[in-house]
Amino acid sequence: MNPAAVPTNPPVATPFFFYLLAAVMIIGGILVITRKNAVHSAMALITTLLAQAALYLMLYAPFVAGVQIILYAGGIMVLFLFVIMLISIERTQKERQFNKQWLVGIAAAAALGGLFIAVYTSTTAGRTLFPEGKLSFAEGENTQRIAGLLFDRATGTYMFAFEIASLLLLVAIIGAVVMAKKRI
Amino acid sequence: MHSMLDISTLHYLVLGAALFLLGVIGVLTRRNVVIVLMSIELILNAVNLNLVAFSRYWQGIHGTGALHGQVFAIFIITDAAAEAAVGLGILIAFFRNKETVNVDEVNLLKW
Repeated sequence: MNPAAVPTNPPVATPFFFYLLAAVMIIGGILVITRKNAVHSAMALITTLLAQAALYLMLYAPFVAGVQIILYAGGIMVLFLFVIMLISIERTQKERQFNKQWLVGIAAAAALGGLFIAVYTSTTAGRTLFPEGKLSFAEGENTQRIAGLLFDRATGTYMFAFEIASLLLLVAIIGAVVMAKKRI
Repeated sequence: MHSMLDISTLHYLVLGAALFLLGVIGVLTRRNVVIVLMSIELILNAVNLNLVAFSRYWQGIHGTGALHGQVFAIFIITDAAAEAAVGLGILIAFFRNKETVNVDEVNLLKW
């Protein structure tokens, strides 16, 4: 529990891997929103998601990284590819890809980006918004502790929210079946 | 103590903001509904990256048991699964009725 304890296996070449993964994610994101073929977009998005899972590992979140790979890259993206297969994409590729308000959209995104820059560079009393705290190295109990927060009766802060999430998934299943049925 | 090369919370926040902006541009400018839904996934992932980075920051202050950001990220992944299922169900129903996947041709409720 001592945050100042010397780690047994300290991280290696963190800046190199961060900038590499960040570059992969940004390039993947740009490809997602610029490709004509929706399958190519899906492949770029899968690359982005996998690079993000690696970033989760760098942030000492192994359980979230596993969930990201299994659920996002393995589950949700397969669902996307399945739907792309069901709808015809040949005709869509010949059509206009961007709508008429694209200039307004980019202007709105640029305004939002300016807001982000203003917030992240703002200082109060000489300190930036998120000063770096003490570095700590997570012990190997990450998954166990997350399970404690989700399921345990004594420490489970999020037990009720977890049950509600199962209800949400049930509603989503019913909704998807009803919506995709031919005749209701 | 911290050199310019050290990766801080702010690095992750800036990366999350960049991904968020890419997703916003995709949602606002693309016509293909499938790619709009994928841009929404980009936005959700940007938020998840922020949450896990904040969880790391919080662990630096309150010890390694402070995992609330990671729990929130798991809930958001659950929501993304539900959203993708319902959204793609709507897309299939829409494609069956109108034979198109372009957002600007969705005008059934306009008068």
